[in-house]
Parts: sequence; structure tokens; C-alpha cells
Amino acid sequence: MDKSVLLEMSATELAEAIRKRKTTATEAMEAVLEQIERTEECYHCYVTIDRERAQLQATEIQKKIETGEVSGPLAGVPVAIKDNICTEGMRTTCASRMLENYIPTFSAQAVLNLEKAGAIVIGKTNMDEFAMGSTTETSAFGVTKNPRNSEYVPGGSSGGSAAAVASGECFFALGSDTGGSVRQPAAYCGIVGMKPTYGTVSRYGLVAYGSSLDQIGPLCKTVEDCAVVLETIASYDSKDSTSIRREEGAFTAALIRNVQGMRIGVPRDYLGAGLSDEVRDAVVRAAELLRTEGAQVEEFDLSLVDYAVPAYYTIASAEASSNLERYDGVKYGYRADEVRDLHQMYRKTRAQGFGTEVKRRIMLGSYVLSSGYYDAYYLKALRVKAMLKEVFSRTFDRYDCILGPVTPTTAPKLGESLKDPIQMYLSDIYTISANLLGLPAISIPCGADSKGLPIGLQLIGDCYQEKKLIQIAYTFEQIYREGR
Amino acid sequence: MAREYETVIGLEVHVELATNTKIFCGCSTAFGGYPNSHTCPVCTGMPGALPVLNRRVLEHAVAVGLATNCEIVRHSGFDRKNYFYPDNPQNYQISQLYLPVCRDGWIEIEQAGTTKTIGIHEIHMEEDAGKLIHDEMENCTLIDYNRAGVPLIEIVSEPDMCSAEEVIAYLEKLKMLIKYLGASDCKLQEGSMRVDVNLSVKEKGAAQPGTRTEMKNLNSFHSIRKAIECERNRQIELLEAGGEVTQETRRWDETKEISYCMRSKEDVQDYRYFPDPDLVPIKIEEEFLEEVRARQPEFRPEKMLRYKREYDIPEYDIGIITESRHMADIFEETVALGAQPKKVSNWLMVETLRILKEKEKDPEDISFSPKHLADLIAMVEERQINSTVAKEVFEVMFESDVDPKQYVEKKGLKMVSDDTALRKILEEVIAANSQSVADYRNGKERALGFLVGQTMKAMKGKADPGAVNQLLRDMLQ
Repeated sequence: MDKSVLLEMSATELAEAIRKRKTTATEAMEAVLEQIERTEECYHCYVTIDRERAQLQATEIQKKIETGEVSGPLAGVPVAIKDNICTEGMRTTCASRMLENYIPTFSAQAVLNLEKAGAIVIGKTNMDEFAMGSTTETSAFGVTKNPRNSEYVPGGSSGGSAAAVASGECFFALGSDTGGSVRQPAAYCGIVGMKPTYGTVSRYGLVAYGSSLDQIGPLCKTVEDCAVVLETIASYDSKDSTSIRREEGAFTAALIRNVQGMRIGVPRDYLGAGLSDEVRDAVVRAAELLRTEGAQVEEFDLSLVDYAVPAYYTIASAEASSNLERYDGVKYGYRADEVRDLHQMYRKTRAQGFGTEVKRRIMLGSYVLSSGYYDAYYLKALRVKAMLKEVFSRTFDRYDCILGPVTPTTAPKLGESLKDPIQMYLSDIYTISANLLGLPAISIPCGADSKGLPIGLQLIGDCYQEKKLIQIAYTFEQIYREGR
Repeated sequence: MAREYETVIGLEVHVELATNTKIFCGCSTAFGGYPNSHTCPVCTGMPGALPVLNRRVLEHAVAVGLATNCEIVRHSGFDRKNYFYPDNPQNYQISQLYLPVCRDGWIEIEQAGTTKTIGIHEIHMEEDAGKLIHDEMENCTLIDYNRAGVPLIEIVSEPDMCSAEEVIAYLEKLKMLIKYLGASDCKLQEGSMRVDVNLSVKEKGAAQPGTRTEMKNLNSFHSIRKAIECERNRQIELLEAGGEVTQETRRWDETKEISYCMRSKEDVQDYRYFPDPDLVPIKIEEEFLEEVRARQPEFRPEKMLRYKREYDIPEYDIGIITESRHMADIFEETVALGAQPKKVSNWLMVETLRILKEKEKDPEDISFSPKHLADLIAMVEERQINSTVAKEVFEVMFESDVDPKQYVEKKGLKMVSDDTALRKILEEVIAANSQSVADYRNGKERALGFLVGQTMKAMKGKADPGAVNQLLRDMLQ
């Protein structure tokens, strides 16, 4: 099969083509590796690519597909994994100098689930260091560029995964979403990204940033791929205490074009000050399209939105400050040279091993947890979280989902964001509530700005309501494509 | 010293729980494995690994809480205690600060006939740290994470004790309860029970408590007693000299029998405790509580009452036997096999305790089976062996739990009760000891003893001394 045709396929289409013997896993892998050859130097989506292993596995999987040993909707499909998700025997750096040479002895449960389904790992994608950042510019191994326009950032922290999908350097990718890290780069790169309900995908093997907020999620070309991948990676895992047994059946069953009678709420708070006109227009248009398709769409007041960002950064930083304590030069990873004593080793190792943004969040997190400030910051943030929970819970009594933008603007230019961290944090305003409350949310393309940069539409659902989101997103994707 | 002082003592007792696996992973808790052989990504703090609570740990903690009259906290949780030290692979210890699993309990201690209630502030669960090994030769430090993640409970008392005697009585009581529960072997020397003593002194009758110090590294009751005396005196001397006690953590030096300051209040670290987001809140349902309650053993007071009713043995014996649940179990099982209670109690209280003391072991270390003890007692009863031989056999049984019947058979230790054989030996003894025979006939009773001894010697101890005695008298008449 012609490789350029292959590369245009979605993951589901590719798997079908392989099943129908129109192509093979080996051929698909070759196509991806050739594409990497062509574009990786420019975009820099990956931290690690293991061509040999990928080709070997493709051959093996192809055999197993032919013998019928491996079947299923992702058999033979090349996948890219964010570099904070452990892969046994394959370097997992978190884009940090601290873990530059760290090779895990085990794979994350999500990766095992994918491999069991016959997906083949190409390599590990670039990201903001330890998933802290919104542009993939805090990576210790260089920036990733947006395949839609290489002068712009791909978003972050799963920027490498989003760029790899958008550039055809993989068929789909895994990312992790702590405050929007899957949805935001998906929006900037014009693809589909989903954050499942907290507990749906095992966190075992996901290097922790903010443990109560982190969820692994798919970055895909289509909503259908997203449902298929989610169905594959979601599993109850006894190794993760926060894992949840989901028993409502297949996510792919929701791939139906129908929003008749669906109640969709658009928070006025998400359309107000700070939102660029072009993004607002695209989102409002998207809401209109869904209304024409039969959904009941109305605006409402969500409230408390301004408190979400400070509460989020307080909780995320607090957890991060503790989660990152294990990187001390003692057991693995980077260790500073020429140290006199233990404490100097800690200080130098961490001063040299971590980048600026990581250090900023460690300091912020240590501060909000320290005695005398715990109540004023950390506990207050937990109270805000509880209040937000009530607000959203009331909202979901009235609506099947919340519709709004993913980001206030389209992708910023490379090199412009890190100068003003507060501004960067504030741009997470539409995505973080889903993490604070464990809600599922999806980001799907809904237009482009005057520069041709993609705009994302976000749908947020109540806990365990992925199927509603998938159904609405799938419907929107169909109408949007027809209209284009 | 004109002024009188009162001592105020509270204890923090760490107890290593007797689970097969660690608190948050499936690694073995067995002591003494090759360094880092009992480790996995979880207990070595690898990136991406996550803790999952071992249910047995919660069961043990709740059982100890129930045995110490604690309120069981229905919604508790784990918190992270953050501090950098290499023995702690994550650089935070998973412990319970905000919502410990048990609180507000008490136990009674008895001293010289009076009873005193000691309050228990709380019991919480936590993980142990690894072990640092300083290699002087290579000038480096190595780490063994085998102990990292071994489950502990920390029992925090109220400051209700005022002397070393009370402290020891409290610890003995705790040890007994925990051992009865099978939750730990509570060995101070081996570190499965670790005691930190918080002590302050104040002038008699003063309302305000004095400044306290915390004493660590106390590895025996002797050290605890000595450290309490020394610390009390040190603080009083300071106050008498017009000085002040500083709040600090001190370390006891066992060999020099002095303590020195480990860290003062100024060095107190900010542990930045916060709820561990990797572990879900612990919810204790009534059903779980009932299960644990149903498994609680018969504790010593009830056991003593029952023994009084059921067994014809002195109260003194009951007291000693029930000090250890294991010993009591052996007693009951041996009696159930048909042995007479007083006989069983004698073996336990005399021979068993003597050997335990000699070998510096605990009653928990007894490994002979009740069946074998019952057999041994029966053999003595049936005059198959005499008591001297029985003691020999018992020593072997204590070491390796041999079957006494087989052992006696194999070693040929059975008593010679055959009259003709005995008569023959006696004739020889009488012939060889004419002086003693004459003495006996002249009314010297003691001479008979000598002759019996000679006979036993010639029989290599395998004769019944009573029978020898009788036959000898008959023959000398």
C-alpha cells in the first residue's frame, strides 16, 4: 500500500487495513519510521526512538496477527508514549536531566494493556520536564515544534505526543493530563485528546507529578480512535489504590451520531474576559452546530472559576514537591560530582538535575505545606476544591456536559511563554477543574484562527460519563467535517 | 536537695508487625535476607511505583487498638512525612498524622497490688525505613532496603507514668497483649519493639509540666530503667544549678550508660505532613471490626479465671503459665492429651523456664510439641524412665522436639525393672561394699543411700531408685 495513504489513516483504519491484509504491521511501521526520518529533525517530537525494537516487534506482531494470536482494534498500530510513562527496558526520562539515563524495570499498566492489544511502541515523546509546563519548552532535551506551524509551540506538557500524532510520526499517542496536559496540546495541534475520569486508567508506571490529579489519556487523530484507545488502556489495577472498576461497558458503543435532546451547558464564565475573540467565535459556532443537530444548548453561570487556578497550583505543587523528593542522586538517576557530604550531594544533585520550572514548583509546593502555611494555603485549596465540586455537581444535574474552550488563545510562539509563569498558569483556567474534580473531558478540533492555528473545543462531563462525551464529540466531529 | 521533684514520663513505642509481606507491597518481611533481596519498585521508591495497603496491617493495628481499649477511627488515612535521608527511598515516610487508626485508649498496670491506668493517646500505622551500613574500609555508605516498608505501629501513651517501674510495667503489659494477639514478637534487642522515652521533671505539686526530652536507642529494659534514672537526675541537677532543661532528642549510649544530645529543638525539621494522595482514605466498616473482634484471643485475666475453674494447679503456677499465650497453649494442649495438670505445670515452670533463662530465650521460642511433653510425662508415670533420665530427654526435646519414646528406645534409657537383673547387680554391689553393708546393719541409714547410688551408677541410671531401695532393704535383712 502507498505509504502516504497509510499515513493519512487513523489508528482504527490502519488496524482494519492490517486485519484485511491490505497492509501489514511491518509496512505501517516502515511508513512511520520514514515519516520520522523526514520530519523529526524539524519537530523533535521524541526523546527516544527505538527503531530496532519497533521493527522487530512489528514483525512479531504481524506473525501473530496472521496466526490469529493477536486480534483487536489496535493490533499492529505504531504508538508513541509520553516520556513520563514507564516502559520496561526503554529509557524513561520525564524530559529531565535527573532521569536522563533511567531505564525502568517495569512497564506502566497502560503500556502493558496497549501491548497486549498488539500496539507497537515506537519511542518516548518529548514533554515539559516532569510534566510541568504548558509548551514543552521546559524539556531538558530541547523544544518540540508545532507541526501546524513550526514557529509555534505544540502545547504541553504532552507536546511531543500531540506533535507526533499531528505530524504522522505515530498513529496515536499516550499523554498524561494533570491540568490539561493532554487536552491543551491536542487543541494546539488540531487533534483529539481525552482525559478520562480519575481512576479509569491505572497510574501504575506513570511517574507522579500531582498524584491526585494525574491521569493517562489518549491523543488521537479521531474521536473513534480516542474511544478505542481509552477502551484498551482503561482497566482496574490492584497495584493502584486509586484505580476504579468501570463496569458500564464499552466506550466504543458511544460512537453514535446523535445529540438529540442532549443538554449542553455553556458557562458564560468560560467565554468572558481573557478569551481571544477567534477562539470564542469558534466555540460559539461549535455550540450552534450542536444545537442545529438537536442538542439543547444554553448558557449559564458556573461561578468560582477564578479560584480554580490558584487552588490547582497549590495542590499540584504541594504533591509535586513531595513526589519529586525521591530524585536525590542516591538510588538512580543523576548524581552531582565532587560533593563533600550527603547534604551537599542532595543540594548539588537537585540544583543541577532539575530545571527552573520544576524547582519553582518544588519551592512553591514546599512552601504551601510548611508548618504555619498549611492551613492558609493547602487546606484552603482543598476547601476551594470541595466548593468547586458542589458547583459542578449542581451543573451536572442540569446538563449532560459542559461545553467551552480548551485554551484562551491558540498556540503561542516559541520562546514567548516562559518569561511570565503566572500568565502561563492562568492559561490553564478552562482545563484544570476537570483535574481537580476527577472529571472526564475531551478536546476536539473546532476551527482555526487567522494564522491557520487550530482551535480546540472542550467538553467536560460528570464522573464516569465518558460515553456522553464521546457521543457528543463524535457527532460534532461528523458535522464539523461535513461543514469544512 | 531541699526541693522534691516529680517525674513525668510518656512513651512512644514502635512495634514491628508480624505480617508475611510489607505494608505497601508484596515483598517479604523476613529478617536477614541478602541485602536488597526483599525489595521491589515500590519499596525502593522507583519512579511510577505506587503503594497499596496490606490489609493484614490494618487488622493487626485494629486488634491492638481493641486490646488497649482504643476508639477505632472509622475514617482514617495515611499522610506523608517528608524528610531527606537515604534510608528512606522516597524521602518521605508514609505514616498517619492527621487521622490515626486508633485513639484514646488505656491499659491498666499493676504494681505492688495497686492498679494504675495509663492512657494511650493514639496508635498509628507506618512504614519502617531501610538500613544504612557505613563501610569504614571503603569510606562509603551502603543501603539495604530489605527493612524499608516493613509495617510498624506506633503506640503513643499519655504522659501518665512517673517512674521506671511504671514504665517497665506498662511495657510488659503492652508486650503481653501484643504477643497474645500474635501481632508482633516484641523483641527489644532485635528491634521489633522500640521505645522512645519522653521525660520531664517538675517540682512536686507544680501545675506546669517541665520541659521534656526524648530519649532514643533504648534496646533493653535495663537500658530503659537506667536511662530514666540518669535523665531524671540530669534534669534535676540542671534545675538545681539554676539552669533550664532544653527540649531535645537525646541518644542513649548503652555501654557508657550516658546520653548525649542528638538534635535540639532548633534543628527540628518541618516534615510538611499532608495526606498521601496515592492511598485512598481508610474506611473501617462494622463488618471488618466484627471480624477482628471475633478473632481476638482470650486474654490473660479471663484465661487465669478459667484455669482456676478448670485445672487443679496453684494460683502461682497459673500466673506464670499465662504470662505467655504460647506457654499457656502448650499447657492446655498437653493436659488435653491426658497429662495431669500439675505435672505439666511443673515441667513448664521448672525445667522449661530454667532452660529458657539459660539460653536467654522467650517462652515464644518454645518449640517442643505438647504431644511429646505428654508422652514424656506418661513414661515417667509408667515408670519406664526415672526423673533423671526424663530431664535428660527433655533437654534434647527442648532443642529439637524429638519423640521421647523413640529417643529413649534408641538410646536404651528404659528402666531395668527386671528383678533378676537388678538382683544380680545388687549382689555385686553388696559384695564390693562390705563396710557400707556393715554400717547399714549397725543402724546407719545413710549407708543405704550410698549403696543405692552405687547401684544406680552400675545401672547407668536406668533403674527406678524406689525399687532399688526396696530390694536392697529386703536383701540386707
